[in-house]
Amino acid sequence: MAEALDAKTPSGPLEAKWDKRRFELKLVNPANKRKFEIIVVGTGLAGASAAASLAELGYGVRVFCFQDSPRRAHSIAAQGGINAAKNYQNDGDSVWRLFYDTVKGGDFRSREANVYRLAQISSGIIDQCAAQGVPFAREYGGHLANRSFGGAQVSRTFYAQGQTGQQLLLGAYQALCRQIALGRVEMRPRAEMLDLVTVNGHAKGIVVRDLVTGKIVSYSADAVVLATGGYANVFYLSTNAKGCNVTAIYRAYKKGAFFANPCFTQIHPTCIPVTGEYQSKLTLMSESLRNDGRVWVPRVKGDKRSPHEIPEAERDYFLERKYPSFGNLAPRDIASRSAKEVCEEGKGVGKSGRGVYLDFAEAIRQVGAEGIRERYGNLFDMYAKITAENPYQTPMRIYPAAHYTMGGLWVDYHLMSNLPGLFVIGEANFSDHGANRLGASALMQGLADGYFILPYTIGDYLASTGKRKPETDHPEFKKAEEEAGGRIRKLLAVKGKRTVDSFHRQLGALMWETCGMSRNEAGLKKALQEIPVLREEFWKNVKVLGEGAQLNQALEHAGRAADFLEFAEILCHDALHRRESCGGHFRQEHQTAEGEALRDDENFCYAAAWEFQGIGRPPVLHQEPLAFEHVKLSQRSYR
Amino acid sequence: MNFRLKIWRQRSAEDRGRMAEYPVKDVSPDMSFLEMLDVLNEDLTQKGEEPLAFEHDCREGICGACSLMINGIAHGPERAATACQLHMRHFKDGDTLTVEPWRAKAFPVLRDLVVDRSALDRIVQAGGFISVNTGSAPEANGLLISKETSEKAMEAAACIGCGACVASCKNASAMLFTAAKVSHLALLPQGQPERAARVKKMIARMDEEGFGNCTNQYECEAVCPKEISVSFIARMNREYLKAQST
Ligand SMILES: Cc1cc2nc3c(=O)[nH]c(=O)nc-3n(C[C@H](O)[C@H](O)[C@H](O)COP(=O)(O)OP(=O)(O)OC[C@H]3O[C@@H](n4cnc5c(N)ncnc54)[C@H](O)[C@@H]3O)c2cc1C
Ligand code: FES
Repeated sequence: MAEALDAKTPSGPLEAKWDKRRFELKLVNPANKRKFEIIVVGTGLAGASAAASLAELGYGVRVFCFQDSPRRAHSIAAQGGINAAKNYQNDGDSVWRLFYDTVKGGDFRSREANVYRLAQISSGIIDQCAAQGVPFAREYGGHLANRSFGGAQVSRTFYAQGQTGQQLLLGAYQALCRQIALGRVEMRPRAEMLDLVTVNGHAKGIVVRDLVTGKIVSYSADAVVLATGGYANVFYLSTNAKGCNVTAIYRAYKKGAFFANPCFTQIHPTCIPVTGEYQSKLTLMSESLRNDGRVWVPRVKGDKRSPHEIPEAERDYFLERKYPSFGNLAPRDIASRSAKEVCEEGKGVGKSGRGVYLDFAEAIRQVGAEGIRERYGNLFDMYAKITAENPYQTPMRIYPAAHYTMGGLWVDYHLMSNLPGLFVIGEANFSDHGANRLGASALMQGLADGYFILPYTIGDYLASTGKRKPETDHPEFKKAEEEAGGRIRKLLAVKGKRTVDSFHRQLGALMWETCGMSRNEAGLKKALQEIPVLREEFWKNVKVLGEGAQLNQALEHAGRAADFLEFAEILCHDALHRRESCGGHFRQEHQTAEGEALRDDENFCYAAAWEFQGIGRPPVLHQEPLAFEHVKLSQRSYR
Repeated sequence: MNFRLKIWRQRSAEDRGRMAEYPVKDVSPDMSFLEMLDVLNEDLTQKGEEPLAFEHDCREGICGACSLMINGIAHGPERAATACQLHMRHFKDGDTLTVEPWRAKAFPVLRDLVVDRSALDRIVQAGGFISVNTGSAPEANGLLISKETSEKAMEAAACIGCGACVASCKNASAMLFTAAKVSHLALLPQGQPERAARVKKMIARMDEEGFGNCTNQYECEAVCPKEISVSFIARMNREYLKAQST
């Protein structure tokens, strides 16, 4: 066992830690800031907010994203909202309550000091976004509106219709555009990071592929920020955008950055069920729907009647039955697993039997179809478009899908990885959500990291280490470029028989089966045997046409799939090692008599950070022990 | 369902390009248009022909990446939907489907159906923002905005930047795109200080990028997946006139 990881959390009372640290942080002399260059990879909420804020401070910033425009980052798709402890509704919310809910919701696998800081910062995020012109929902009096969301018992979620992520991202994107126009940010869209470059142990640059010309180019900097999002596409089918990938953080992992808690993945309970083999992604129906919709299945198995023909008495409102106090608002992991269970009992609905009803009939009786349209109109339209069913008349059918990844690169209190100079923000880091993220908290965390944490902490690194930017003709860059180019040539040279997509789908299906909503030792061991076999076949039999020196989407996908094929093993490894259930990680061997997740605090109250040892070789575990001094370790109960 | 596809193929920006024909078989009516293209691509790859390049990411109508001219209509026949939200059930078995890239001087084709829309980003860079540095924001409820105003601003802000408005306009005008951002920010009190300068700069940039003029064809509104109203164009014109006199 390696030495325990030190998160460099400040000492002193919880409430004062961040203030204290901000005072302790070294400042970069304003006149020197423009001499420092920072690379930011990713333009989602985390990356765009960080890049704009760093440029405002005077740093030279270079930004990359793989889409054609920074505005298309996957954050754009977030629907439901963003949390903040404003207590505008006077319903008893506070920084402390948001902190408490997040630690508890994360099933005691997050770092208290980080979570408290997040809750403290949350209010300022709303102020910042409102000032940028984000058109948040308002009350008649002109004040900001709130709703309660995903298991919270207070109304602390701010939203812009069903397009909150879009509006917050456009706010950050516009701030970024302003800095681009001022010449302080150089924006490189259609560029994919293929490697991280370290010099003397410090992160000093990246290697990217220009996705139009196919050219491999190096960029050096004084520090590197990764804001490249989550890896839920390891399951192939997920609610994430098609391009979401693990490549950037996985390559950093291969260069020595520790990957923490990869097995903490979140399955979202309310997605539109799979319809066929060709399915390319799954569409999320915002969780806010659970505020008014009631989840049920027929009481008897194999009941194929249409929902209207099933009388009340023959319906099982299983969430309300099992969790009387939270009912349909039970946390995501619990709601998802419950749906899986009833489907496995043969009570699932729809053609595939993999679905449960989300019924609005009662809400429509109470507030009228108009009232429901006002709240969820665009979501209902979206559902109707996809399924060709009218949810105002027929209950929606939903099923859980892979959605979010709590795991990511390990970072300390400064959001710096174990590699000095490498900062990781947003969904890409292992973050503040522990083993399960609460609804509307990812947007909050991404923006907290980008607007209000990283801009200070990165200054401390730069001020302490001084200017160290190497030139890109440094041998480390040359080496990384050659490796990246070599891999592309290798992918094109296989000239096998199977498409990239077929491999990615197969991997996804295996992961969903063995390492999805619930896991067990036998399944994980099977996955750990099958993944290397699949990976080997991939490198012998994949068929990627075209050339490297051109826009080649199949080649892009091949590179990402190849990384997923390596990374999946780390994920299963982590899941196998964690012999407990917590949050999104449910090990069948470890459950209470009622079938709830059973943690093992004695043995697993730590963040597991894995160190690369070579492809196919088991990684080495580093532990960051987690201490719960303010929220008492207890079993989550939503009954 | 079976279809005959006529699709624009172009190897690179320099290539002249041509229409190619492909049959697709056993398409499920529940497939999205892009899933149908995925099936075609799997097929082409198996046959040793390079797959078709087309933009996509979210596949749920919000990122604005997908950009297909389907049977001459931007995003295809379904109203208020992007190509990724269009399902094959809207076509008839045996139909011939024509698929082309967005065509506009300001949107050069990069490959097959992929075009360069960075001109739209540059219009926003010219002034489509509110200048507020991180940290200098006042308390959010210190500024009251009526529900009506806020909802109106949201209607304009809903633009996904796909460029269908440009592609469908015979003048390749970016008026609806630009007007949506100008209106969103002009409607809100936060946007007032830069209001006049913003509209002037954004329109100047739009012209420089080679987009055409608006001659009130309203094709843009008809194809806009977010149903952004042309009334915002009128609003922008008023904003512009007012700005000229200040
Ligand atoms: C459908 C959906 C709905 C959601 N709704 C909510 C919600 O209501 N509330 C909430 O709080 N959270 C929600 N979430 C979660 C939340 O949206 C994400 O966690 C968050 O937006 C992630 O932001 P990010 O900035 O970390 O990354 P992203 O927005 O994913 O951005 C990643 C960026 O990195 C770039 N990138 C990635 N890899 C590379 C590479 N190799 N090279 C170069 N660039 C790269 C991309 O181009 C992109 O710019 C939702 C998620 C989904 C899928
Ligand atoms: S793929 Fe995102 S809008 Fe169509």
